[in-house]
Amino acid sequence: MVRIAHIHMSGCTGCLISLTDTYEKLLDILGAVELVYALTLADEKTEITETDDKILIERKIPENIDIALVEGSVCLDDHHAMDDILTTRKNSKIVVALGACAASGGVTRFARGGQMSQPSHASFAPIGDVIKVDLALPGCPPSPESIVNLITAALEGDMEYLEPFAEIAKIGKDACGCDVIKDVINKSLCMGCGTCAAACQVRAIEMVEGKPNINSEFCIKCGLCGAQCPRVRFPELLQKIE
Amino acid sequence: MNPFGNYKTVISARATDKEILKKAQDGGIVSAAYIYGLESKLLDGVIVANTEDGFNAAPKVATTPEEVLNAAGTKYTVSPNVSVLKDAVREYALEKVGIVGTPCQVQAIRKLIKYPMGFRHTDSKIALVMGIFCMENFSYEGMKAIVEEYAGIRMDDVLKTDIGKGKFWVYSKYGDVKSVKLKDTHMYEQKSCHICTDYTAELADISTGSVGSPDGWSTIFIRTEKGEAYINKMVEAGVLETKNIDDVKPGLDLVQKLSLQKKEKNEKEIVQRRELGLPVPY
Ligand SMILES: Cc1cc2nc3c(=O)[nH]c(=O)nc-3n(C[C@H](O)[C@H](O)[C@H](O)COP(=O)(O)OP(=O)(O)OC[C@H]3O[C@@H](n4cnc5c(N)ncnc54)[C@H](O)[C@@H]3O)c2cc1C
Ligand code: SF4
Ligand code: SF4
Ligand code: SF4
Repeated sequence: MVRIAHIHMSGCTGCLISLTDTYEKLLDILGAVELVYALTLADEKTEITETDDKILIERKIPENIDIALVEGSVCLDDHHAMDDILTTRKNSKIVVALGACAASGGVTRFARGGQMSQPSHASFAPIGDVIKVDLALPGCPPSPESIVNLITAALEGDMEYLEPFAEIAKIGKDACGCDVIKDVINKSLCMGCGTCAAACQVRAIEMVEGKPNINSEFCIKCGLCGAQCPRVRFPELLQKIE
Repeated sequence: MNPFGNYKTVISARATDKEILKKAQDGGIVSAAYIYGLESKLLDGVIVANTEDGFNAAPKVATTPEEVLNAAGTKYTVSPNVSVLKDAVREYALEKVGIVGTPCQVQAIRKLIKYPMGFRHTDSKIALVMGIFCMENFSYEGMKAIVEEYAGIRMDDVLKTDIGKGKFWVYSKYGDVKSVKLKDTHMYEQKSCHICTDYTAELADISTGSVGSPDGWSTIFIRTEKGEAYINKMVEAGVLETKNIDDVKPGLDLVQKLSLQKKEKNEKEIVQRRELGLPVPY
């Protein structure tokens, strides 16, 4: 059985909730895989070592993970987080950046430290800044359907379907509403379908005179607008309709 | 070069309802399909390009036949119909949505169905995808320039616009009919249309346009099983009058000619842009 892990970095668990929001489809997936690690859903042996000056809490990310679904960004100032993400890469065949924070930083792009009780935790980066990521799925959170599609394709080895996610893993770390400005409007490609506006989960995009207008103050850098735009990426397989 | 994409059958048809024919662009296929859908409960809401003040277009979620009729007819300007799709399933809580769009919009819909990254619980609620043929589109200011400067009709007075027989036609509410040579309209075309290689909305369940059929009739490509079942129901219910496409003039040859013209011209543009190092959809 395929061994799947859900690794929770600096995320909000919304990505995992989105996965569970698929109801019966989730059960199908869980029936077809072994969920080897998911702190939210399954017990994990926790080792607590108390020394004079600190308490050490250790939860072990298992070895031989086939697919690691990583949610949340990495706090570069938190050595636990750094250990976890490096171990995840070492122990996993396929690492998926699940959702905006893991894929492109998302809301954590705006974190800048100065808050108790760890005022020095200031630097949050998409996991691709620290490790090699194989597939990235944008969204805050990504839709339940897209998570299921991605996992199903990964289980079936459908590389053609996964290709766009492999690409986003390589180039999508700086995702922002400006993607549709510089990659689509500025390139004379935007024909005004409005998909980006519908996809945006914070309504940062308004269609004005048939073109997206980005309210960058609202944008949470989730990467959806650029990823959904058919004028950036239109995979060949979409030509097939039943 | 494949001119039409995949399809099961092509027919020529028009709505049987005179009210629809009065308001519609051609055979009233889109409006008839929508109204039939709403009345028979095959659809509980539809997305249209609403006719706004100054003959502008804006996407709207319509839930009544009156709203569908108000939006009938072609507006030669961009109406970002996909932008309200999520609203239709959220705010309007629709379960069976019909959506119409130009070929590029239909492509966008197919992509979001297959890759629904930011479209939670949306793809399963799309009940019917209708496409309209499209050679090119104009920005609102572009359309306004053609209508006001070239045809000499105020936007507020426009009743209908149509492209046909090499001209851009403007019909005013007061009975004036003016035409503009297509040559004069080219500079107002949306430039992103120049890399578009789909004329007949190849990815829709049902696509329709005026070319190929006589005035007041439409050419329809029935492409998917869903589209086929839908059209069959419409015919059974008596809301569509149909003819064999081979029995009408000018027929499919003209559609093919125009489609290939568009594809060949825009393929060239794609090659040119690639040579310049500019991106094109891939
Ligand atoms: C920009 C553009 C270019 C076109 N070019 C061609 C062409 O080259 N050859 C050809 O045969 N047909 C073309 N058409 C299609 C044609 O004009 C009719 O829309 C089509 O035949 C449907 O007519 P109908 O009587 O069946 O629909 P109707 O019952 O009149 O309904 C038309 C539907 O289309 C929607 N609509 C209107 N304008 C737009 C828009 N701008 N964007 C999205 N939806 C809209 C309306 O809301 C309405 O629901 C074009 C249409 C557009 C919008
Ligand atoms: S504009 Fe919206 S969809 Fe685009 S990156 Fe920003 S938040 Fe995401
Ligand atoms: S999704 Fe549509 S409207 Fe948005 S940038 Fe792309 S082409 Fe333009
Ligand atoms: S020509 Fe193509 S890109 Fe332009 S509006 Fe028509 S379908 Fe869309």
